[in-house]
Amino acid sequence: MHRTISFTLNNRPTRVEVDDQRMILWVLRSDLALTGTKFGCGEGLCGACTVLVDGRAVRSCSTPVGDIAGKHVLTIEGLQQGDRLHPIQEAFVKHHAFQCGYCTSGMVLAAHALLSASKSPTRDEIAHHLEDNLCRCGAHKRILDAVEDAAANGKGGAE
Amino acid sequence: MTARISRREFGAITGSGLFVFISAPAVRAYQEPERLPVRQGYPSDLNAYLRIAPDGAVTCFVGKVELGQGAMTSLAQMLAEEIGVGFDLVKMVMGDTGQCPYDMGTFGSMCTPVFGPVLRKAGAEARATLLAMAAARLQAPVESLQVMDGVVTDPAQKKSVSYASLVEGRRIEKRVDQAPLRTAAQFAVIGKSPQRKDAVDKVTGKARYAGDIVRPGMLCARIVRPPAHGARLKNADTSAAEKLPGVRVIRDGGLVAVLHQRRDVADRALSLVKAEFEPAADGPNERTIFEHLLLHGPQPRVVAESGSLAEGEKLAQSVVEQNYRNAYVSHAPMETHSAVAEMAGDEVTVWASTQAPFSVRPAVAQALGLKPEKVRIVTPYVGGGFGGKSGAPQAVEAARLARLAGVPVQVVWDRAEEFFFDTFRPAAAIRIRSGLTSAGRIAFWDMQVVGAGEREAKTFYDVPHQRTTSAGGWQGGNPPGMHPFAVGPWRAPSVNSNTFARESHMDMLAAAAGVDPFEFRMRHLTDPRLRRVMETVLRQSGWKPAKAPSGRGIGMVLGVYSNACVATVAEVDVDRKTGAIRAKRVVTAVDAGLIVNPDGALQQVEGSITMGLGQALAEEVRFRNGAVLNRNFDDYPLPRFSWLPRIDVVLVDNREMPALGLGEPPIVTIAPVIANAVFDATGKRIPKLPLGQV
Repeated sequence: MHRTISFTLNNRPTRVEVDDQRMILWVLRSDLALTGTKFGCGEGLCGACTVLVDGRAVRSCSTPVGDIAGKHVLTIEGLQQGDRLHPIQEAFVKHHAFQCGYCTSGMVLAAHALLSASKSPTRDEIAHHLEDNLCRCGAHKRILDAVEDAAANGKGGAE
Repeated sequence: MTARISRREFGAITGSGLFVFISAPAVRAYQEPERLPVRQGYPSDLNAYLRIAPDGAVTCFVGKVELGQGAMTSLAQMLAEEIGVGFDLVKMVMGDTGQCPYDMGTFGSMCTPVFGPVLRKAGAEARATLLAMAAARLQAPVESLQVMDGVVTDPAQKKSVSYASLVEGRRIEKRVDQAPLRTAAQFAVIGKSPQRKDAVDKVTGKARYAGDIVRPGMLCARIVRPPAHGARLKNADTSAAEKLPGVRVIRDGGLVAVLHQRRDVADRALSLVKAEFEPAADGPNERTIFEHLLLHGPQPRVVAESGSLAEGEKLAQSVVEQNYRNAYVSHAPMETHSAVAEMAGDEVTVWASTQAPFSVRPAVAQALGLKPEKVRIVTPYVGGGFGGKSGAPQAVEAARLARLAGVPVQVVWDRAEEFFFDTFRPAAAIRIRSGLTSAGRIAFWDMQVVGAGEREAKTFYDVPHQRTTSAGGWQGGNPPGMHPFAVGPWRAPSVNSNTFARESHMDMLAAAAGVDPFEFRMRHLTDPRLRRVMETVLRQSGWKPAKAPSGRGIGMVLGVYSNACVATVAEVDVDRKTGAIRAKRVVTAVDAGLIVNPDGALQQVEGSITMGLGQALAEEVRFRNGAVLNRNFDDYPLPRFSWLPRIDVVLVDNREMPALGLGEPPIVTIAPVIANAVFDATGKRIPKLPLGQV
């Protein structure tokens, strides 16, 4: 159904007039020109499209935009505060926890959701939490290093 | 002031061995498009590679692309080192046929060993020229000058001049001789691990990939696809799709596409198209393919032969014979093939995810009937390639549709298209027959490769009587019908298959001889580099000699790829109930010559180990009568976090060798080392990939 959907996007009130059955991914990428959220599989199987909705990691490729009415949505573009990287982003830079970078937005946001909910997850818990986020380049080891590092510094969670 | 040089002037300049520095915005002369699409060499004109801005920044132009392998960083290091500016001052422009010098493509682990020296030489020549200019400016002998961060200083006079002020606003010509490269002892930037140039872009979502490009009026296209390779379109009823507001339909021969401003609406339109196809002919599937390859492969050709197999047979006291098989595997990059094309008059620009923009250019030109110089391919960040983006059919599709639609068009394949049109790593059938002498040495080695290709097929072990043959490969030239779909290079093409067969077989021979696998290999090794990586991995892994199967689940492998040497030890756990295989620890030692960027090298080795577990354990393309049955990640498993072993990498920084490529070599050891470790754990030899379960 075509309707107005209001939500908070990266801390800004946002309103779109769209078919509420369209997936968040495409509304973000094409209607709102936020291309940091990636299309990888279209069926919620790879995690490249992960965004946070009220702090929870959500597959934007398979979540209708109608579901986010009234909620807080955080995309990779909203994580940075001005020029200052979020501590999880800093950890990804420090550990070079990426190669091609295509899965990185989803990895960073999935890690953010974990560290918001759990202050000091073990390496196994981090791996378990990120299990369904795919990376083809094989940056897994460094992604775990980075998230562990961010967690150890106690700076991983939401602001 | 700055100057723009015509082609004629340019020819005169390069012809007489001169070069110029120009701070002009664009000089395209060095691209010599009329020589396309014939393979070219790298231009000798320095202006092709670098430009010095008035603020001292050095822009480096390379035809290579950034796929994740870190070339944006390591190439910048090489240029910074030679020219004598800080790494941070180098700005990279990559893979843009409108701005960068010709390059064949980013594959074969060639950025560092093949293109690296070209770029370093350009930097060294620039440095020598700038130094000579500074000597004249400062009235000091060249030998006394020092360069630091793009500033030339004469310590005696305590006077300095910057590169920027030497170059600024003027056209400079100077004849140069062969400038010497910096030596390992002089390195200040090479050998370091600066922050990757793409780091901030990639963690903030600012990194642009081809599918992120938006042009005014752009439409997103979805194309009607066949259900199987060989199925031909009979008709397509697009009437329901056309009823969606804003949808356009374009037909051009066999190409039927629906277009809309929004990608997801185009998806919906595509789902409303009713297309009928002639069914594809019957063909092989993933089980019958090996027999099919043996029947339909070309005549084998002898790759290497020495001694006499008949003599070897006489010396042998026992014979070990085994067939090895590997499945087709998919590249499955996280970014699917993507492109945006825009026409302007009779020129077209295509932003494309590709490993080879300079081969895409003539392909687009041919499809549109344009001259190659009317086509510009821009390669933004590429979301993984692994050989699968060596071409870019999606760029041709976008260009055709953009011309027909009269507006810019985006083509981004969905995951099913990515699997369907992938150029798979070929399935292969390899047979090895070999014998042991009573002294436990290899008497003969007869290896017959079908499907994989011949690279690194010849054994590097010391064997007196040997022959290696090969039939077919990934590079084309296969008889029609040999493969039911396209095949192509997959990270370390040929070498994954050949190393799996050779190293599995070496393990079988060691077991037959009753000798520790390390000891058995060393018996047949004379090359000091190979012996050194073996000894390195032995120490690092804490290898304890034992003949396999020892029940411990520890295996060893030695591999070579384009002169890089890799030895790997792995420890696995085999679940006695389910038969599931899990890699617990992987230790890899690599000699890839001089290491330009140690952290970048580590990333490549770690990535190879992790990616290699996929083809080792689970990855397999399934197909039937031309249809590819894998459509998404739920039926094509990629390595995940839970698969990750403890990884331990040793880089042998061999400064006596030039820098070799490292994107591919380590992966060749992973599948066989897991197979050998499984044998050590269970006594069961699994001679096929993926290994699956025990």
